[in-house]
Amino acid sequence: MPLNAESPGASGLNVAVLVSIGRHPLTARTRRADQDARAVEMALSLKGASVNLMHAGQHDSDNEEAIRGYLGMGVEEIRLLEQMPQADVVPVLTDALRASAPQLVLTGTRAETGEGSGILPYLLAEALGWPVINGLAAVEKVEKGVATVLQALPRGKRRRLRVRLPAIATVDASAPAARQSAFGPARRGELDVQPHASEADPSLSQWQIQPARKRPKRLKIVKSSSARDRFKAAAAKSDGGGGQTLTDVTPEQGAEAIFKLLREEGVLR
Amino acid sequence: MSELVRRDPRKEWIARNRLHPQHLEILAEIGGNAVSTEWMGPNGLMRRNLHAVGFMGPNGIRRIDRSGASHAAHTNARSSQSQDARRSVSISDPAFMIAVVPDMAGGRLSPHDRDLLGMARQLADANPDQPGAVLAIVFGEHKESAFDEAGVDRLLSLEGEQFDGYTPENRIAALQGVDRDVSPRHWLLPDSNQGGGELGRRLSVRLGERAATQVWQVEADSDSATGWRCTTRGAAGSTDVVRALPRVVIALAECADPVSETRHAAEIIELSQELPNVLGRIEDIGEVAVDPASVSLAEAEFILSAGNGVKDWDNYHHAAEVLGATKGASRVAVDDGHMPRDRQVGATGTWVSARVYVAVGISGAIQHLQGIQTCEKVVAINLDEGCDMVKRADLAVIGDANAILAALVKRVEQYRAEQEENRDAA
Repeated sequence: MPLNAESPGASGLNVAVLVSIGRHPLTARTRRADQDARAVEMALSLKGASVNLMHAGQHDSDNEEAIRGYLGMGVEEIRLLEQMPQADVVPVLTDALRASAPQLVLTGTRAETGEGSGILPYLLAEALGWPVINGLAAVEKVEKGVATVLQALPRGKRRRLRVRLPAIATVDASAPAARQSAFGPARRGELDVQPHASEADPSLSQWQIQPARKRPKRLKIVKSSSARDRFKAAAAKSDGGGGQTLTDVTPEQGAEAIFKLLREEGVLR
Repeated sequence: MSELVRRDPRKEWIARNRLHPQHLEILAEIGGNAVSTEWMGPNGLMRRNLHAVGFMGPNGIRRIDRSGASHAAHTNARSSQSQDARRSVSISDPAFMIAVVPDMAGGRLSPHDRDLLGMARQLADANPDQPGAVLAIVFGEHKESAFDEAGVDRLLSLEGEQFDGYTPENRIAALQGVDRDVSPRHWLLPDSNQGGGELGRRLSVRLGERAATQVWQVEADSDSATGWRCTTRGAAGSTDVVRALPRVVIALAECADPVSETRHAAEIIELSQELPNVLGRIEDIGEVAVDPASVSLAEAEFILSAGNGVKDWDNYHHAAEVLGATKGASRVAVDDGHMPRDRQVGATGTWVSARVYVAVGISGAIQHLQGIQTCEKVVAINLDEGCDMVKRADLAVIGDANAILAALVKRVEQYRAEQEENRDAA
């Protein structure tokens, strides 16, 4: 992905990106979170927009290293709203966003640590009264307080939406991949640590958190009254069944049958 | 024919008395004139005459065929009919409601939706004295006809132009109205990228409930406040969180087994109050035309796949363009250099999950069939009637692939022209 490949006219747009601490899936070391890095990438590719990064959480050496990963993408400063461990970050982020009043807030779909439920953007949107959209793939243009964006759908499809700003948008794996984080800028970048009062999350302490168990594989259960049918289903190789075979038809008749199926399934556009 | 079993006590008596001169004739008559080995006894039990079972083998020894091949032929209509009738359940006065909002991708219940309905049944039927009812809420028009078999007691179909396209704000307002009207005990939504996951998160925030997301197991638990506990995936799938089941549950696929033994009422209900009008701040302009050739094979919805049977490659490429299909290929076509390697479908290439997969001139090697396991509809165009692809296909057309493709292209072009005319007329 070349830098600033897309350059929608977004001059003067104030974009806030909420970033979190990621966790490497294999080594479990802290890192910049993949989806949040994509959100930063998207914000940086908006030409003429001023980008502010924000993180609410603990301030320790491991986390600082992970947060500096975002600075290495070419951002000069990150605001770190310091919180106690296991604190509820929604109130402090709501206050911070209300104070800084960005037009567009970008963030990843879900965090890589903690509960990782992906509800935070919706909670912020509800608290601020802003619209929220998910699966942002590209920002096409921003004019007169209305952004035209592309939303990623399953099966590689895209949907064009027009959303009134200020708005919150989440970014998932279908957004352009994040640029590499450079070491020098990551060291030089500034971490603006601001201690804030933190509210504890009461229900978190009641939950039992354990390493993920492997999910049991679903067995194929054959419901039949006769033992012979059950044995046949368990032993025999399935051969489709219920399929319709057209033999001795002209190509036109065959094509008509296929066309009918394609129409029914709605794949012809 | 009437369902009543007419009994003749005299004939039954003769059938029990092996020494009666008319014993064999009566036995044959009672057994449906086919085999005289089974008949209904005086208490309604099936009686069997083991002396009449089997046949004499070549060595004069009685042989009994236990493979069922001979038995399957003479099962009478009455017994086979009673076998596939599921127990039908209708809950007239439910103690509580469990609301489910299925994705209805393509207008039908997806397997994920069925799993979710299975979980809803698990929650509703826990106490047989006070059964709950499962309410399914469907937006827009649907093509599903088997809501009853999926375990739906009440069906609320919300139609109207405010739900067309991407309208999360209107949908949430409608669900909020349902919540006020019905006040279900639990809300279940699929944690999918088809819209269910997003809708569930919006709903939980609007209702002020802390939802459990990525739920994959629900168990009864007397210690918890709701009587249930759930296991959810947290931290990008690396942890399991065990917690009390909240009111809004956003569950993963295979969270429970789908309903298979019962048939439910699927009674259509209406809301007692009007739905509120919402001023939407998100406007759906519509789907963007994506070049099907640029869509990755694993994500593609409609694949036209070519194999060794394709001789005229220009014709095939033209057909893929006209149909708007993503191109795929079998290993042979790739090895011969007709298609690039990244278009190869199968265990050695890409595993695809298309809604419609059209295999042109592909005989169906096992590696290829593995790769298309999750495809919904498979269409085969092949010369060989006995090949594996034809066995797998939902629709197989036997004939020359080239001619059929050409005819299909002509038919689709004609359809496009008709559509264009209609659009001009409108």
